[in-house]
Amino acid sequence: MEVYVILKLVWAVLLGVLLSGLAVMVGMDMGVGTLLRFVGKTDAERRVALNIIGPHWDGNQVWFILGGGAIFAAFPTLYATSFSVFYVVMILLLFSMIMRPVAFEYRSKVETGKWRATWDWAFLISGALPMIVYGAAFGNVMQGVGYHYDWTGQYYQDESFIFYLLNPFALLCGVMSLALSIQQGGTMLMLRGEEPIFSRARAAAIWGGIIGVALFIVGGFWVAHLKGFAMTAPVNPGAPATPLTGQSVAPVVGAWMHNYAAYPLLWALPLLGVVGMLGAVLMNAARKPVIAWWLGAIGWVGAIFTTGASMFPFLMPSTTNPSQSLTVWNASGSAYNLGWMLLFALVFTPIIICYTSWCFYVMRGKVKMDYVTHDDHGY
Amino acid sequence: MPLIDPSVVDLSRLQFALTALYHFLFVPLTLGMTFLLAAMETVYVITGRQIYKEMTQFWGKLFAINFAIGVATGLTMEFEFGTNWSMYSHFVGDVFGTPLAIEGLMAFFMESTFIGLMFFGWDRLSRPGHLAVTWLTALGSNLSALWILIANGFMQSPKGASFNPDTMRLEFNSFLNLVFSEDAQAKFVHTSIAGFVTGALFVMGISAFYILRKQHREFAARSFRMAALFGVISSLAVVTLGDALGRLDYLVQPTKIAAVEGLWQDSDANGPAGAAAWLLFALPDQQAQANHFEIGVPYVLDPLIAHSFNTSIPGLITLEKQVGPRIQSGIQALDALKAYGQTHDPQALASFKAHESDMGYGFLAQRYAPNQDLGQITPANQDAVLAQAEKDTLPNVFVTFWSFRLMMALGFFFVGLFSFAAYYSLKNQLERHPFLLKLCVWSIPLPILACEFGWITAEAGRQPWSVFGWLPTFQAASSHNLGYMIFSLIGFAVLYSAFIAAELYLMFKYARLGPQPHLTGAPESSPSPMFAPAE
Ligand code: HDD
Ligand code: HEM
Ligand code: HEM
Repeated sequence: MEVYVILKLVWAVLLGVLLSGLAVMVGMDMGVGTLLRFVGKTDAERRVALNIIGPHWDGNQVWFILGGGAIFAAFPTLYATSFSVFYVVMILLLFSMIMRPVAFEYRSKVETGKWRATWDWAFLISGALPMIVYGAAFGNVMQGVGYHYDWTGQYYQDESFIFYLLNPFALLCGVMSLALSIQQGGTMLMLRGEEPIFSRARAAAIWGGIIGVALFIVGGFWVAHLKGFAMTAPVNPGAPATPLTGQSVAPVVGAWMHNYAAYPLLWALPLLGVVGMLGAVLMNAARKPVIAWWLGAIGWVGAIFTTGASMFPFLMPSTTNPSQSLTVWNASGSAYNLGWMLLFALVFTPIIICYTSWCFYVMRGKVKMDYVTHDDHGY
Repeated sequence: MPLIDPSVVDLSRLQFALTALYHFLFVPLTLGMTFLLAAMETVYVITGRQIYKEMTQFWGKLFAINFAIGVATGLTMEFEFGTNWSMYSHFVGDVFGTPLAIEGLMAFFMESTFIGLMFFGWDRLSRPGHLAVTWLTALGSNLSALWILIANGFMQSPKGASFNPDTMRLEFNSFLNLVFSEDAQAKFVHTSIAGFVTGALFVMGISAFYILRKQHREFAARSFRMAALFGVISSLAVVTLGDALGRLDYLVQPTKIAAVEGLWQDSDANGPAGAAAWLLFALPDQQAQANHFEIGVPYVLDPLIAHSFNTSIPGLITLEKQVGPRIQSGIQALDALKAYGQTHDPQALASFKAHESDMGYGFLAQRYAPNQDLGQITPANQDAVLAQAEKDTLPNVFVTFWSFRLMMALGFFFVGLFSFAAYYSLKNQLERHPFLLKLCVWSIPLPILACEFGWITAEAGRQPWSVFGWLPTFQAASSHNLGYMIFSLIGFAVLYSAFIAAELYLMFKYARLGPQPHLTGAPESSPSPMFAPAE
């Protein structure tokens, strides 16, 4: 195989890794934000919940930032098109996301109840909304999006945003993503929280997991009847990356199951998803949050790679001009760029994993109630 | 290829400029404060004196209030290229996206992970361990500036990429040329050190406030002295490095430097004295292509910019005239490129290659072509099209000229302020100079203002280009409808106003409150010889 094709494939897998990292780490913090008002009845309890992820949320959030940066570099045309096509939704996502850093830092710096209640609502919005948008984006992308390009590569949107907001399959994916984030956030709260936070978080995590896995399975059956997309002529994966030429694509009902029919081994991915999510439910029920956390993470990985495998090589099909659909082959960066990026990823990812783990290790243990009442540095 | 609605382009520019300028209200303080905190903590670890720990913690708290909004608004920036500059992202993503991705991997992860430990790890880490964490945070924030400025440097002076007619975009071909682009490196040092100036004046100003009120004496005197010394060095460096940046502009973006200096006619060191003057004051008039009310220092312009006495610097009128042939050639490039895209005819490719370097200038003509179609430009209407397109190659001179002048004036003001402050602080005579102290307090926001003017100089001076010489701004935007832009602008306006109100409220609240030694468990420290009584 050509080096360029291998690089494109590697970056497709890395895209999956990145989206999984984002889902697990940011999803966890979002889950805590969503649950804040429910696991914490008193102000002190809420502060404990916030301090559980207090030292980590900013580092975790970089998964989201890196998600943007790496898609920009590795799949520039995907970055350029998807964020513009989903403009209104993306802006709503940003509005809710940017409240969160401010909420963490400012909430506990003023004593009044009104001030804190306002920021607590900000946590709810900035936790739940981004997760729904995140999931719904997958749902929308699977059904194709209305756009086309002119000869310079300038994109044109052919569809109103209303469609992306109110689309049943996308909503299902959005709710599933929210449920899984609640599972992961609840588990984290169990890990470092004491009673009564522990029990409330446990109930939420269990229900989140159950809803998540149920919607994942329903979604799987739904996809089989969804209009997918398929190549109608062979493409050259090693060709220069451009959506303008060299591809012919048609919408086909059930096309998203073709890869599974062709490579039955791929069924391992949805299986992994189901086992991870269900396992996490059971472990949370058994009060073993450490194992549950890792199983929940595996559940996310399974779900994201399931989607990727069913669409491969498509990244974002176009409904209005299917032959200009973006794929792993035609939306990627140049070989030179993908090579350099890979080098950086190989060097820095292990380093990042080391110091992130060290940070979690240093901050290990339960966050006690008197920490928030006596310490000056916490949130 | 219809053009994007000009009002959508304008609103996209407005939104980008406002969100970027807003982000940069907070960034300089982060860049400077992380280093100052690391320096204070280093003194604490070496000397073991509790007051330096108090200093680190107190200034750290104010820093955190600022940092939160820096992070929040940075999120907007990371996604705005995709949401609002779709053609831009497609056209340069292969080169420009890379430093952004590396910034995430190398800098943001480091900064954001260690900042958590910096605030939460006081009781869990050894002293040297915590110190290392603080230094890594400082390093991370400055590395993030490095990579973002490499990205911005590419827009100013595209190095390390070439155009690929098969993919219709600029593709990355030299990592070293991108990273060691002179423009990027010069921008990095100037900007980082501008951040140090900002941090220094922040600490110095608030300390001056305590000294004036005779509160927290020991704490304030030490903070003041450290900040003032740090500030002297930084402010001198910022001015020196700014001069280097100006010289680079002269080499890579002659239109920008001519606009910065309000230079309509060529400067000629041997010609009439006025022509080679460096202007202190002028009101540039874009229509008339001349300045009103010029006041200048004769003879110094050439040596200031070109660092030489016998170089003549081209003026805006000359630069505008020179560009005609490039536009013509660019039109041919685009015609050939379009044909090549449809037919893959090698002859079309050859004719594109012959005009490739002028391609971007061809885009400029499209606005004025009949029906906005380059194919309809004929010898009969060509001159009219060129005349209009040529005018577009000049940036807004008034804005560029004045934003530069204000930045520079502030730069010299800071050198003076820090010098006096450091002098009287070292002589322990600060309390005898309340006017100086008050000036320090009132000057706290000025470095941030200088940074904003710097960015306006850099970005407005780059116009009409998004990527200099390759992609005009009006071509780079996303083709949204007007309603989308109004929606997002209103949203940002509301949220960002709420943020700044909350930030200022907390900043004033905690600065007034001052350091609270009992919270850090330190005993009230006894006065030291450093603090001399007023009489
Ligand atoms: C405390 C802030 C501060 C101060 C006092 C100065 N600058 Fe500055 N300047 C900046 C902060 C800044 C900045 C915010 O960092 C900019 C914006 C873009 C950039 O690269 O740095 C900048 C840009 C900038 C540019 C445009 C760069 C470009 O086109 O890309 C020039 C030519 C200068 N500066 C030159 C100077 C000179 C000659 C100064 C003093 C005599 C000066 N600056 C003081
Ligand atoms: C990597 C860093 C940056 C990049 C890549 C960047 C890119 C851009 C882009 C795409 C635009 C809109 C299109 C254009 O006018 O060309 C723009 C305009 C602008 N940017 Fe930047 N920017 C960067 C940093 C900043 C920062 C930090 C500031 C300010 C604090 C800033 C200030 C502005 C302003 C004032 C404009 C409006 C210029 C005008 O249209 O008149 N930029 N920049
Ligand atoms: C216009 C392009 C820019 C983009 C896309 C961008 C992106 C970001 C992002 C995503 C963050 C949040 C990081 C976190 O979570 O810790 C951030 C913060 C930061 N950015 Fe920017 N930024 C831009 C301009 C700049 C420039 C020009 C500089 C430096 C000169 C800069 C320096 C920083 C620093 C130091 C931070 C740390 C947090 C803070 O601001 O307090 N940024 N930026």
